[in-house]
Amino acid sequence: MIKVLFFAQLREELGCESIDLAEQSSLTVGKVKEILANKDERWGKAFAGNLLAAVNQEMQTDEALVKDNDEVAFFPPVTGG
Amino acid sequence: MSQPYILVDEKLFDIAAETDALYQDNPTDGAVVTFIGLVRDFNQGKNIKQLTLEHYPAMTQKVLADIVEQANQQWSLGRVRVIHRVGDLAINDPIVFVGVSAMHRADAFMAAQFIMDLLKTQAPFWKKEQSKEGEHWVEARASDQTAAQKWLAK
Repeated sequence: MIKVLFFAQLREELGCESIDLAEQSSLTVGKVKEILANKDERWGKAFAGNLLAAVNQEMQTDEALVKDNDEVAFFPPVTGG
Repeated sequence: MSQPYILVDEKLFDIAAETDALYQDNPTDGAVVTFIGLVRDFNQGKNIKQLTLEHYPAMTQKVLADIVEQANQQWSLGRVRVIHRVGDLAINDPIVFVGVSAMHRADAFMAAQFIMDLLKTQAPFWKKEQSKEGEHWVEARASDQTAAQKWLAK
């Protein structure tokens, strides 16, 4: 199982802070994004924006591999400081 | 660099006490540089009443520690203290404290700016502002990306 977390504006747009995703072979961050965007129109719209991704709390690009038990997170560009 | 102090917390920090912790009983360092980020009352065209900071708890501490370690590899540093607040903040409240001590001022200046520039673009914090018109998420600034890129391109 893969845990997927959402933060800030994305979390509000989805009305959801996390979901569990079944593992698949050769899964990537980009593929996870695609699966989520295809859930429905609302998710598709939310994932069309400019988002960052992290795997196990480290920033990653779409090409990064996602394995079973990984924690994946999607969020808008950060605005701290 | 001695063990850095990194804290993500809701509570207001004591600016004087944080500065003291950088130089007291520290005879080897000749310079202390501190940066304090504050909540402004006007941002992106709106009068702000209050600010809420959300973060990704499992990731923030890790990212801040990594940024400080990157600074440590580039400059000769003494003590480093990074504090970032989360939760509800009022106008004029301190949000972030970055303090660096070093033997010489150039290292302290450079490291403090580096830590802030990378924090702004890599640490998973998000600001939501409350104004008369309602609430909105703060948008990331291209100028912050440019500032961070300058360091990473070196």
